[in-house]
Amino acid sequence: MEYEAVIGLEIHAQLLTESKIFCGCSAKFGADPNSQTCPICTGMPGVLPVLNRRVLEFAVRTALALGGEIAPRCVFARKNYFYPDLPKGYQISQFELPLSTGGHVEIKTNGESLRVRLRRIHMEEDAGKLVYEGTMETTDSSFVDLNRTGVPLIEIVTEPDIRTPEEAGAFLRKLRSILRYLEVCDGNMEQGSFRCDANVSLRPKGTEGLGVKTELKNMNSFRFVERALEYEIERQRGVLEDGGTVVQETRLWDTSRSVTLGMRGKEEAHDYRYFPDPDLGPFVPDPLRVEEIRRSLPELPDEKEARFGRQYELPLYDAQILTSSAELADTFEKTVQFFNRPKRVSNWILSELLRELKREDREIEQCPVKPEHLARMLAMIEGGTISGKIGKQVFDEMMRTGKDPDTIVQEKGWVQIEDEAELGSLIERILRENPKEVEQYRKGKEKLLGFFVGQVMKATRGQANPKRVNEILLSKLKPG
Amino acid sequence: MNLYEETIHGLHQRLVRREASSEEVTKSVLDRIAELNGRFNAFITVTGQSALEQAREADRRLSKGDPVGPLCGIPLAIKDVLSTRGVRTTCGSRMLADYVPIYDSTVIRKLRDAGAVFVGKTNMDEFAMGSSTENSFLGPSRNPYHPERVCGGSSGGSACAVAADLCIAAIGTDTGGSIRQPASYCGVVGMKPTYGRVSRFGLVAYASSLDQIGPITKDVTDCSLLLRAICGYDSQDSTSVETAVPDFPRFLNEGVKGLRIGVPREYFVGGLDAEVEQAIRKAIDAFERMGAVFVDVSLPHTEYAIPVYYLIAPAEASSNLARYDGVKYGYRAKGPFRNLAEMVRRTRSEGFGAEVKRRIMLGTYALSSGYYDAYYRKAQQVRTLIREDFRVAFQRCDVMVAPTAPTTAFRIGEKVGDPLQMYLSDIFTVSANLAGLPGISVPCGYNREGLPIGLQILGKAFDEGTVLQTAFAFEHQTWPDRKKPLLA
Repeated sequence: MEYEAVIGLEIHAQLLTESKIFCGCSAKFGADPNSQTCPICTGMPGVLPVLNRRVLEFAVRTALALGGEIAPRCVFARKNYFYPDLPKGYQISQFELPLSTGGHVEIKTNGESLRVRLRRIHMEEDAGKLVYEGTMETTDSSFVDLNRTGVPLIEIVTEPDIRTPEEAGAFLRKLRSILRYLEVCDGNMEQGSFRCDANVSLRPKGTEGLGVKTELKNMNSFRFVERALEYEIERQRGVLEDGGTVVQETRLWDTSRSVTLGMRGKEEAHDYRYFPDPDLGPFVPDPLRVEEIRRSLPELPDEKEARFGRQYELPLYDAQILTSSAELADTFEKTVQFFNRPKRVSNWILSELLRELKREDREIEQCPVKPEHLARMLAMIEGGTISGKIGKQVFDEMMRTGKDPDTIVQEKGWVQIEDEAELGSLIERILRENPKEVEQYRKGKEKLLGFFVGQVMKATRGQANPKRVNEILLSKLKPG
Repeated sequence: MNLYEETIHGLHQRLVRREASSEEVTKSVLDRIAELNGRFNAFITVTGQSALEQAREADRRLSKGDPVGPLCGIPLAIKDVLSTRGVRTTCGSRMLADYVPIYDSTVIRKLRDAGAVFVGKTNMDEFAMGSSTENSFLGPSRNPYHPERVCGGSSGGSACAVAADLCIAAIGTDTGGSIRQPASYCGVVGMKPTYGRVSRFGLVAYASSLDQIGPITKDVTDCSLLLRAICGYDSQDSTSVETAVPDFPRFLNEGVKGLRIGVPREYFVGGLDAEVEQAIRKAIDAFERMGAVFVDVSLPHTEYAIPVYYLIAPAEASSNLARYDGVKYGYRAKGPFRNLAEMVRRTRSEGFGAEVKRRIMLGTYALSSGYYDAYYRKAQQVRTLIREDFRVAFQRCDVMVAPTAPTTAFRIGEKVGDPLQMYLSDIFTVSANLAGLPGISVPCGYNREGLPIGLQILGKAFDEGTVLQTAFAFEHQTWPDRKKPLLA
């Protein structure tokens, strides 16, 4: 029987607010353990939470950008469970009456468009971290770091609209891009500021019901989400084809072995006993403020992609990649402001710039090359000051030093040799030194032109203007 | 008159006239505590040294002639459920027997700023769960009017300390009657303000939607002064209400002529002690003589108040008390443990007393999936009906009067084995918590055994002024009948 997978995702995104969701502590990542805590986020007896207004704004911005409907009345709920990284014994989250319902994300895979619907978006606080001496299995004690406790999260839950691991990956990349466009989340999966759990079940293709699902956790990259889903779909298919039944359970992705493993009763069946948090009470997002936020939304990836195609006459491929991050799109647009050849700018960014960034494992925000410098370098090539080949060397220097191209060309003496007399005498010398090749050329072996060009370039360390060299060579090689 | 017998307003006059110093007053109170606390068990912790330092600081302010508020230099007792920086805060529980907070609750901060002197932390039912202070890990407080009787609860230690002159006034908390009922049993004045009037920041939560901090004092004037000092919006408490704080003492002399006083008929039913009923009826006669107009009102859902309370309060408590897991502070059972679950289970089994465990179980059950709708949600719906009862009734009257408790102070041990009987001692007080309304208990007589009886006056939301005005008129009229406990 042919099966089809039904996949739904739950994404937890840390919001980039300065402070935590219910207290004034810094929400910054990476500080010394427990250095960013106070009586409130450590759950001392008697403390009370107060909602950070910025969290609500960020969450509303996200919900609006994703087409969600902001609830007229929201409620925070307590999710009760015992764990040492949860100092109050409950997590403040939302259950009934979340911030937003509905919305969707459009994705493209293999040229096909898919609309992944969203079920809900809600706000909640993050838990802390347990730190083990050695490994979890061998240690006899563990330490609690509560810096992350109370860092604001939004949880985004999709409808089960995804059918393949590839679509899941595309969805996550698109969602991450949107959150980054909105400047609400840095989308760093490795550091855990963008986390994904996946629910997956199989059903006979063409049927409508839902099979028994498993929940996959512990996947800290897009690639791992895709691979975990691939593995799990195959695993479930194997179970079903052997006539077995899938057990509803949580399974952890094991990166080192590339398998999903059932938690085998390690996790007790939880009854979270959700109820409205009496310390916060219901709150009503101000409709005027919501409209203000709606009006202030930035241009989002899809709109920008369409505009790039229109305004800069770029192919879809270029527009898609350039708009995959707001910063990259900005780099492109700023460069074009200084050097108005959009396709040429796009080519350089897509090939040289992205390759170099990837090689150095840097983000576009950390790119040392300023758009105006990139534009100036392209103009120098265009104007013939440097050759395209030298241009690449200049670019490498710019990446390395952050200097402007004029300085680099001057310091390195890389200005293109254009001078007719200088090139003429150089070429005459090369022809004299290679009489055999000259003779062969004149007998009709015209392929040897490239050999002569190469010799000239070698002699000038690539600085000769290739067009000029060609012209002079052709005239001097003419027989007689 | 001994200094310890004074009221806030009486002492204030003596302090500003420099007829007495705060240090003298504080010493006199501390001596009194040293003499009598062993008998009454009103205090869990006495902070003599820091109290004397605070007193001397107050004296410096007083002697400079700085303008000071009425609380400057006044020795207060604080229920041991308010977080006090550097002073252990036990909540009457073994779980927190050694817990020393690193921050002050908002009310404590306000009182500190007002120059108050803190003589100690008072005994209470564990985590404010109880009606007799018998659920304290340090044993019950004893009623100053009768040492074999309870002080009521959960703020029994505070009421006891005020009644026995072990402080000038005290702070208590009231979740289902925990200020008013002990005030009634101990013959003192106790007020629960409107929910949201006083910041709960730093009040160790029992039932968050019901808890409220309030004064326990020797008279209504003191009540108005102490209330004024602790009220006000607090940005650290999302449930505190941003509304102006009236100058409560100004209401006191307004009288009750023409005031419409409602008598809820559901509060005069079976179970009400005959002598208590008689005392309340007498109080009503007194009001009538003062020119008040009586209105018969009905609160039809009163009979559901106790069941609703015992679903909502334990539900919230089950969550509020989850933080006591032995990980961060407070009691931790002795290891080794096989695993984390065992550490948490044993810590909580050993750290909590029976009543707390009973309520955690009740609340956990009420919130469990499959039961939530039938219990917790239904209770919230009925709570809305109770609130609506009051809204309708208060369209026809300005305040209501009723007994504070159905009986006078019962004997220690009498109801320990019967939680339901114990729960019924809050039958007339829980509704005000469920509806979020202000209520006061003022002494209105004594039974044949000389045990105090309390008159409860309930008001509209944020209308503590009228409640105090009514209470003051009554107190003024009946003051000559007041009897101090005979401690000798």
